[in-house]
Amino acid sequence: MPKQDIPSYFFADAYKHFEMNYPKFHKMDNLSKLGLIATDAAIKGNDFLQRNKPEATAVVMVNKASSLDTDRIHQQSINDKNNYLPSPATFVYTLPNIVIGEIAIKHKLTGENLFLVCNEFDAQLLIDQAQITFSQETRAAICGWVDYDNGNADALIYLVEIADDSIKNTNFIPLNATTLNQLYK
Amino acid sequence: MDALIEKLKGQIIEQLNLAEIKPADINPDAPLFGDGLGLDSIDALELIVLLEKYYQIKIKNPADGKMIFESVRTMAAFIQSQGKA
Repeated sequence: MPKQDIPSYFFADAYKHFEMNYPKFHKMDNLSKLGLIATDAAIKGNDFLQRNKPEATAVVMVNKASSLDTDRIHQQSINDKNNYLPSPATFVYTLPNIVIGEIAIKHKLTGENLFLVCNEFDAQLLIDQAQITFSQETRAAICGWVDYDNGNADALIYLVEIADDSIKNTNFIPLNATTLNQLYK
Repeated sequence: MDALIEKLKGQIIEQLNLAEIKPADINPDAPLFGDGLGLDSIDALELIVLLEKYYQIKIKNPADGKMIFESVRTMAAFIQSQGKA
């Protein structure tokens, strides 16, 4: 999903396109919506979730803007002391790792998770952090870059699994920084 | 009361971002939590904000919340009882 200005109807259209049937989607902040849509795009048409146990599937994500887009909305709601009406539903999204929680809830994943913030897409960082989770009980992971700020969306979600013969016969691609950088571009 | 219930339905849909629900889908006597609209704890907080935002009502006793937010009709009755309808 290339970096682009997201029109207001993008998320609604994507929700319909992927037939998400998940009403909670509409209550989420834009970062979580982007993460859910990109994840659904990655897992659609394959049986990644079926062949990996929920407790052995990690989620590892990185972005640049953290939850700044939602932080601003919350800040605006508390700027005026005479009109002080912060929204609890907005406030709960003022942490970037909530997008991981939303993905985990939707797909019933209970494995390791990790969210990092860095200045730019860093393929090696993503690989290194995913490997940390794989050193535990993890056998698979949903990984990627999910960034949203002020109408600009930028996401790359990919699926990581420990390769065995059954996977090698599919569209398996060895995970390395060169491949990730090519995918991101 | 009926006019207030209809107005409240629209405000609940907007405040809680219930994008796939229309006012006609909401039974005013159905439970708001659990089997009814299936609202969660964050939604409960949003309903408290709704009362303050649209009706300038603050719930002084948290224990009253269970009765006030039982259904759209109980919410409407509470608003009327506060003289804010």
